[in-house]
Amino acid sequence: MKNLLRGTLKRGATLGTVTLGATALLLAGCGQAPGTSGGGASTNPAAAKYLGCIVSDSGGFDDQSFNQSSYEGLKKTVADLGIKMKEAQSTTKADFEPNLNQMANAGCNLTFTVGFLLADATKKVAAQNKDLHYAIIDDNSIKLPNVKPVVYDTAQAAFLAGYAAASVSKTGKVGTFGGINIPTVSIFMDGFAEGVKYFNDKQGKNVQVLGWDVAKQQGLFANTFDIIQEGTKATNNLIGDGADVIMPVAGPLGKGAGDAILAANKGGKDVKLVWVDSDGVLTAPAYKSILLTSVIKTMGEAVETITKDDLEGKFDPAPYIGTLENGGVAIAPFHDLESAVSADTKSQLAQLKKDIISGAVKVESKSSPK
Amino acid sequence: MTDPAPRTTEPAPEQAPLPAPTTRPRQDGEGGRVVREILSGNAVISVLAVIVALIIGAILIAVTDPRVGSAAGYFFASPGATVNAIWASVSDAYGALLRGATYDPGARTWQGKLGIFETLTFATPLILAGLSVTLAFRTGLFNIGAQGQIILGATFAGAAGFFLDLPVGLHLVVVILAGALGGALWGGIAGVLKAKTGAHEVIVTIMLNYIAAALVLYLLKNQLKDPNSTNPVSPKMPDNALYPLLLGPNFRLHAGFILAIAAVLAVGWLLNRSTLGFEYRAIGTNPLAARTAGMIVSRGYITVMLIAGALAGLAGTAQVAGTEKSLDAEVAGSIGFDAITVALLGRSTPWGTFFAALLFGAFKAGGTSMAVNADVSIDIVAVVQSLIVLFIAAPPLIRSMFRIRAVRREGASA
Repeated sequence: MKNLLRGTLKRGATLGTVTLGATALLLAGCGQAPGTSGGGASTNPAAAKYLGCIVSDSGGFDDQSFNQSSYEGLKKTVADLGIKMKEAQSTTKADFEPNLNQMANAGCNLTFTVGFLLADATKKVAAQNKDLHYAIIDDNSIKLPNVKPVVYDTAQAAFLAGYAAASVSKTGKVGTFGGINIPTVSIFMDGFAEGVKYFNDKQGKNVQVLGWDVAKQQGLFANTFDIIQEGTKATNNLIGDGADVIMPVAGPLGKGAGDAILAANKGGKDVKLVWVDSDGVLTAPAYKSILLTSVIKTMGEAVETITKDDLEGKFDPAPYIGTLENGGVAIAPFHDLESAVSADTKSQLAQLKKDIISGAVKVESKSSPK
Repeated sequence: MTDPAPRTTEPAPEQAPLPAPTTRPRQDGEGGRVVREILSGNAVISVLAVIVALIIGAILIAVTDPRVGSAAGYFFASPGATVNAIWASVSDAYGALLRGATYDPGARTWQGKLGIFETLTFATPLILAGLSVTLAFRTGLFNIGAQGQIILGATFAGAAGFFLDLPVGLHLVVVILAGALGGALWGGIAGVLKAKTGAHEVIVTIMLNYIAAALVLYLLKNQLKDPNSTNPVSPKMPDNALYPLLLGPNFRLHAGFILAIAAVLAVGWLLNRSTLGFEYRAIGTNPLAARTAGMIVSRGYITVMLIAGALAGLAGTAQVAGTEKSLDAEVAGSIGFDAITVALLGRSTPWGTFFAALLFGAFKAGGTSMAVNADVSIDIVAVVQSLIVLFIAAPPLIRSMFRIRAVRREGASA
């Protein structure tokens, strides 16, 4: 190594490099040392000792979907309440249990496990650590006194999105497709299709839904949550069949759908996109010019509420069900497409939201949490 | 879904400027020469490779730690603060790694304190798959296909688990045998192709990995799918088909670990005491000479790949009948690729492989603890493991760093 250096570098060059490096260090290192006083003064001494933890499923905390929104929710909770936090990402199913065991070892007061894939591991570790609390997102199968299921009646918000989509459709066809035909996906499609149907009934129109059959519970699926091009393919199929508002319910495949729509609109079409899980204008701003609205699961708020309750000793294993009423689900503002939606439709949507909350309008999906 | 392709370690690129091997072996291809070159490194090289990899890992941990970054901002006002921050960051991370892998006095429950048993649990499939790679290495074959063989072994073992209903004891034996058979089948394909057509085993086994991954996914969507699940996962293994837990329900350590130790002893005997093992080593040292001496090289290739495949298949049973208790597409994780590193680090000896697998098991068990308790990404563990491969596969690099003279050992023997 030394010989190599000697052989290739000229003495002058070496000196120059050293000088440069030292100057850079000098400049970088000139800051003031902080005083010894100070330190995070937490308002609540109980909060400072409280440990909130989160374990992702194999999507990781940067999935632009429920892992990410739950994670950001907990981070915000940490900032708001002054609690401590630990996190662990899983890359495969084999990581779930070791990650949860480590959280128990660390003494996490409350551990959020994101996704129904973690149900088995959560159940096992929660049974072994009866003094610790758990909350599992998108799963309602565990009945233990220290586990709180967090589920969403997404159909309610998707219903509003379906109504809005039908109202702006010029071709009389709207479309949707899913990643895999599982309840957490099909609940969006059910709500969307029901919303379109309700629009037809009220307005005497006949807007068709492509890609999902509520009665048969079957439709268009990419059979993946990973391969973004499959989203492009499915979207092109729907556009080819005449749909001009499309709701992909397939996590990252939404990007594939957005790209397909941007390309189609360049070719003279006028197709709009409905995002899911988070407000697409914030999480996928590249598509804001085509984003009609988003069907949002506000996981962050559920995470914060549950943590706050637990911190105050009010943990309760009854399922948290996100609805329009408690703000757990919602549709995003129309943002850039504000002008595409008529004032009539907007007031109808506001009324519809009230009616769903009051129960005057029933939104039913086989996948709705009971 | 992790794509296994980028993890395929291509040990020692062939254009590496190796320091003038005067006794250049003849004609048996660059692959054989590279194997010998790697195996000619001694134990010191393995230890140094681990140490250097850990040091580079420490640098990465320190550089990425925001505490170090902010302390470096006032380096000249208080240089000690930077040093302290670096020390705190690295000792936090490696301390958590060590405690998580051995004994953690800070854990809340007594079973949580004993991370050593998690280490052994993670090591179990690595030992078995590592032995598979080791055995093939010693015969002069790069078995990159442990991944596929594990998947096939797990699939066969899983099928024997779900579809049969046998009494306690017998069921597990059948599951183990089925796993070995599945792995042997997959390894045997590569062996036969190598022996009969000369197809290079590296290419064939890599391709067989992809086929195995696609095959298991297909089966999980059809024949092996759990009817109660919407996901491509199999039903749970019945209790009779599971390895008994060695330390009760609080620990995941299962009897597969005993099987792994038995396999270490068996492979040790096979390689060093049996006629077959002598043939394997002769073929591995110089296939032409082995042929001249009257050994049937093609038969050696086939049988060694059958045995190697069976060992990897057993690693599959440790997953499906040990820790995971059901079959899914990720059942092999990265075990098949880590096994290559384990075999290299263990210098392709059975006990070397055993201890290298324990080290990697410790990385895995401790890595989780490091991620949780020290807030260091578990990816650092992957970096350290990859650096180990780099340094092992390039012994001249370590030699030149530490000025160790190249010592040629006799052939590739222990």
